[in-house]
Amino acid sequence: MFTADEFVTELRSVGITHVVSVPDSTLGEWYPALQESDDLSLIQVCREGEAWAVAAGLHLGGAAPVVLIQCTGLFESGDALRNAIHDYGLPLFGIIGYRSYLNQSSIPGDTARIFTEPILSAWQLDTVLIDTPDKKVRMAEHYRTCRAEERPGVALIAEGRA
Amino acid sequence: MNEPNSRMDLVSTLRILHEVRTDEVIITSMGSGREWQQFKQHPLDFVHVPSSMGQTQSWGLGVALAQPTRRVVACCGDGSLLMNLGSLVTIANAAPPNFTLLVFDNGVYEVTGGQSTPASTAKRLMGRSINLASLAEECGFRHTERITTLDKWRSRADILLNLLGPVCAVLDVAPQTEDYSVRSPGRPKERVREFAETLQTT
Repeated sequence: MFTADEFVTELRSVGITHVVSVPDSTLGEWYPALQESDDLSLIQVCREGEAWAVAAGLHLGGAAPVVLIQCTGLFESGDALRNAIHDYGLPLFGIIGYRSYLNQSSIPGDTARIFTEPILSAWQLDTVLIDTPDKKVRMAEHYRTCRAEERPGVALIAEGRA
Repeated sequence: MNEPNSRMDLVSTLRILHEVRTDEVIITSMGSGREWQQFKQHPLDFVHVPSSMGQTQSWGLGVALAQPTRRVVACCGDGSLLMNLGSLVTIANAAPPNFTLLVFDNGVYEVTGGQSTPASTAKRLMGRSINLASLAEECGFRHTERITTLDKWRSRADILLNLLGPVCAVLDVAPQTEDYSVRSPGRPKERVREFAETLQTT
């Protein structure tokens, strides 16, 4: 969907300071560009629940973080996001890779495809799906809207591989 | 770990922390959060209750990275740390020089009634306890220390709040057996907003 340079440009355009992340094969391709960027810090965590918690602390301290994880990591990290977003009302933003959305060649019948959108809905996260190149602009637009309204949000990025 | 009856009293360890702190951010949770509320509160205190168990040190890491000129002290229990052991690696990798992790190690899940953790000595092969300070050292913390007496803690607390971090100190404390439930100060959304405002404006 995004090239690495496109992705970094989009994040910089909305003033992101930190990307808190666990990679998958799509998101990981953006890491070198993230690491080379002077005005973005890539914070790698060991498990996705940590990502929401580190982002919470960054937000409290005045930074502008995003959480960058795969949808399977979203499944893992529910309690951490519940606490930060719903207990404390923090307007955190997630960019979530939607595994097997475009094709299921590497994991036929991938159940991640079944549960991702219902789980985002259950966590009451306003989500935009980016599944075609013409929708890429929606990521920055949605971030700006959520930030202006001080509410959490998610950009769900369609992926084709695990 | 010391035998239960020779471990430090949690409230006494927190009282020493309260006495030596000046302008550090202090984030507490679970048992430490419950007991910290009995002391006079500072604008840079944040009692992380309600919490997602095991995530308090990760919140602290985020604050430390966003505010590199402040010392951030995150307090958690051994049960919480076990729930997010990878956070030791994450913290060491991010390497914030302004971060101190205090682990209050009582060997049990105190707030749920004192059930032993999977790391408790009795449950482990060979009966050997886990030295969480050694674990933090292996993960790459710049300084780690295990503290078993109040005298030692009194002499080290101020130093551990000022050493180049990341620092991890593990304090052997006794489990509380009465009035041990988690206790929220309430108003989570308002409290976190006030805390953020203090962080960003002072």
